[in-house]
Amino acid sequence: MKVHVPTPLRSYTAREAVIEANGSTLGELLADIDRRYPGFRFRIIDEQDGIREHIKIFLNEDPSVDLSAPIGSNDVIHIICALSGGSIGWILNQDFTLYSIKI
Amino acid sequence: MKADRISKGPVSVLIGTRKGAYILRGDKSRRTWKLSDIMFLGQIIHHLVVDPRDGKTILAAARTGHLGPTMYRSTDFGKTWKESERPPAFPKVPEGQTGLVLNHVFWLTPGHASQPGVWYAGSSPQGLFRTEDGGRTWEGVAGFNEHPMRNTWCGGDKDGTPDGPKMHSINIDPRNPKHMYIGMSSGGVFETTDGGSDWKPLNKGCAADFLPVPDPEFGHDPHSVSLHPLMPDRLYQQNHCGIYRMERPEGAWIRIGNNMPKKVGDIGFPIVLHPRDPDTVWVFPMDGTGVWPRTSPEGKPAGYVTRNAGKTWKRLDTGLPKPAWFTVKRQAMASDRHDPVGLYLGTTSGELWASRNEGAKWTCLANHLPEIYSVEVT
Repeated sequence: MKVHVPTPLRSYTAREAVIEANGSTLGELLADIDRRYPGFRFRIIDEQDGIREHIKIFLNEDPSVDLSAPIGSNDVIHIICALSGGSIGWILNQDFTLYSIKI
Repeated sequence: MKADRISKGPVSVLIGTRKGAYILRGDKSRRTWKLSDIMFLGQIIHHLVVDPRDGKTILAAARTGHLGPTMYRSTDFGKTWKESERPPAFPKVPEGQTGLVLNHVFWLTPGHASQPGVWYAGSSPQGLFRTEDGGRTWEGVAGFNEHPMRNTWCGGDKDGTPDGPKMHSINIDPRNPKHMYIGMSSGGVFETTDGGSDWKPLNKGCAADFLPVPDPEFGHDPHSVSLHPLMPDRLYQQNHCGIYRMERPEGAWIRIGNNMPKKVGDIGFPIVLHPRDPDTVWVFPMDGTGVWPRTSPEGKPAGYVTRNAGKTWKRLDTGLPKPAWFTVKRQAMASDRHDPVGLYLGTTSGELWASRNEGAKWTCLANHLPEIYSVEVT
């Protein structure tokens, strides 16, 4: 399935903004990404399997906090360096890469 | 101990900042300097440290505002970098329990001379980590991170600094790699004699004015702790509550900051030791009154030096600007090994100041850098 990668993580994906990855859950998907791009997962998921404070992961249009959430081959994943606050609906209508520049 | 040798060669200053890192290279006269391009643009580099055992391996403790912590490693003095394959992380706890989450690595210390490849890292929140392969893979030091007293020593969320609780000042006894000291803000100074399996507080005589207990065993706020390599039984400490010296083995801190001018006080972040004279120490006082501005007292930046182990202090401000309202953080002041010794300090306003003559006169070597977090010299 397709995974949209924000700019801060593209140093891991050879600058690719969209990558393909596999898994039947979000956790498996991230493990697959980390196998191909070592170090990627720990920058967004902490050692207690929590999504880091300023990271959001969207399964299609819904934010997900559960790594055991099932996913299907037609699902689309967006990893976002989140603003603190704001409207999810507005974010979904924008270019996700913009959200990597918060200082 | 054998006297540390005098360096007559070129000097490199490793600078970690809130937005990346630099290496400032000077010739052997220390009069001509060249700043590198920024490395790790946009990443917070809390500490950038070279391995004195090979002179070319550098570790960089990094994170960004959004992304979690990691470590980078260079084996060619910063020309190329690789990310650690397994950066420091706390152990995962069973479902239903609350485990520690590493926010950032704050401090790096190369291991003992007899243990090439060994480094230690101190983190926020307080944790100790060790690598045996030069930074490729890291393991937690369970003797501290999982010590039954760790949470009591370190306190809770309200016991850290405004920038998060930190472990720092990892000092290794040059006579014995199993004998180490650490500092924690908060927590205090702790010592191990068995390579990190067990730890004991070492805070007797040190004030903790912010605690209701008059003479607590732990819970102090050391800002910087340094062991003198030529006199390893002597420790110096710049604490949240004063400047101290300790002579082992008796293990009581003596407040040598009481001999500082009252108008200046003895609060600050860094403490820097002379590489060859255990009686000579530099500090950079800051304002610890009122709401704790942490800028120089009265906006007049100055170093202070003692050449008699703290009996008297001399002000060193020639060349420094005033008024100026920067802060010099705890890792942001260092010395070289030339004669006379060179001093280097980085400011929160992004300036790198240096003195070729032990603080007698200061010169600005670089400005307009991001906020400087650390300065190391080789």
